[in-house]
Amino acid sequence: MKLPIYMDNHATTPVDPRVFEAMRPYFTDVFGNAASRNHSFGWQAEEAVEKARKQVGDLIGATAKEIILTSGATESNNLAIKGAADMYAERGNHIITAATEHKAVLDTCKHLEKDGARVTYLPVQQNGLVDLDQLRAAITDKTILVSIMYANNEIGVVQNIREIGKIAKERGVLVHTDGTQAAGKIPVDVTKDNIDMMSISAHKMYGPKGVGALYVRRRNPRVQLTSQMDGGGHERGMRSGTLNVTGIVGLGEACALAKAEMPEESVRMAYLRDKLKDRLLASLDEVYINGTMDSRLPNNLNISFAYVEGESLLMGINDVAVSSGSACTSATLEPSYVLKALGAGDDLAHSSIRFGLGRFNTEEEVDYVSAKVVEVVKKLRELSPLYEMFKEGIDLTKVAWTAH
Amino acid sequence: MAYSEKVIDHYNNPRNVGSFDKSDPTVGTGMVGAPECGDVMKLQVKVNPATGVIEDAKFKTFGCGSAIASSSLATEWLRGKTVDQALEIKNTDIVNELSLPPVKIHCSVLAEDAIKAAIGDYKKKAAAH
Repeated sequence: MKLPIYMDNHATTPVDPRVFEAMRPYFTDVFGNAASRNHSFGWQAEEAVEKARKQVGDLIGATAKEIILTSGATESNNLAIKGAADMYAERGNHIITAATEHKAVLDTCKHLEKDGARVTYLPVQQNGLVDLDQLRAAITDKTILVSIMYANNEIGVVQNIREIGKIAKERGVLVHTDGTQAAGKIPVDVTKDNIDMMSISAHKMYGPKGVGALYVRRRNPRVQLTSQMDGGGHERGMRSGTLNVTGIVGLGEACALAKAEMPEESVRMAYLRDKLKDRLLASLDEVYINGTMDSRLPNNLNISFAYVEGESLLMGINDVAVSSGSACTSATLEPSYVLKALGAGDDLAHSSIRFGLGRFNTEEEVDYVSAKVVEVVKKLRELSPLYEMFKEGIDLTKVAWTAH
Repeated sequence: MAYSEKVIDHYNNPRNVGSFDKSDPTVGTGMVGAPECGDVMKLQVKVNPATGVIEDAKFKTFGCGSAIASSSLATEWLRGKTVDQALEIKNTDIVNELSLPPVKIHCSVLAEDAIKAAIGDYKKKAAAH
């Protein structure tokens, strides 16, 4: 076993060596511009791009023509939401999204609000799921788009997109979903799931960084988007810019591998994740899982170790790469807004750790990580005045703290 | 973000962890911070009433590594000082000793507040006796 151990696969994943091998010729040998129509260099590049486009489509039940290639999920989210808001401005100006979305969706919506759009940020229930009745109630005759993520990047909770899509479609509202964490991890079918647009990123599924896709439905309904980048009119006029052929080949190969290996891989991920969870729950008291286990990515565990601050825990397990929802680790001084949206309380948000298992994690690593986390949590609780007070039976919510 | 060697040392080998009996008249207890802010420090001093010298100090901290290090360091500095000398410890002294980066200065402020709260508690108790 090699240290440090990488267990932060919601942040990014390593490129699978098979993906890298598929990409290799496209750095130097097959370097043509896929838009060059009059020589073999261009044709070869175009052929590679079209193969990849089909591989992406196959993963999510879409046709190749419905795949718009982008620089990644942030761009895809921007294009979907801003592009639809522009294109359908005459129909209405209301967008519905959720409080636990990624910043690439939330900040895009905030940007549109400045331009006069109206945005509803649906709260989530304690389990992390959007309340479908609240969604129904939020739709008005001005609503043009519902954008709800497929699976959450922090707590791994998988929304009921199929039902969300159905509700929106009954009202003639377009559905976009940020599928960054879901694509390649759990089965997604854009038609069965009633999805009109879906954002995808390569580097979350063992592909390279800097490349992604936006699925844009072509029939029932035919979705049109105003491009957000002007230029040569690539990608059906929706996204100009010379195609990143090498990256796109990597994206395609990553999608093909994910599709082929998902049945086995998702079972293995769930086994390792559950082993990690069970070990932690068996060895420690006052441990809380954030978000429901009933509808969750197989590789995600987000857990709060009460009375222990997240960053100090990360410091103690410094040979394990995971991430904390605590304030101190990020640039902002706020704890995770996703955990706050669950109503977890800031104290538990500060005590949370996100484990993101991946294709290259082993059972031996899970054993090591669980033992190490237990050891460090116990040590830090010895240091924690809050744990001492809890053990003395003091109700911490009744203490007059000196907030600073 | 990289931690300074001194912060890592205090985190790995925290000094004077523990608790005194809060009701002991020679003990002063300071508890500052809040769980929802991500740090709570409990700092206690045990004072010789005849000399006013802090004979022992203990802490427990919920917080990041820098918060743990700041309070651990504070207990080291408090031991052997008189209560009045203890009040002269400034957060900037802690920042300099631990090479805390700007985002962690609040940890040192919290430690200074904890010292003041502990001494204040002791003085209040001493006056009442």
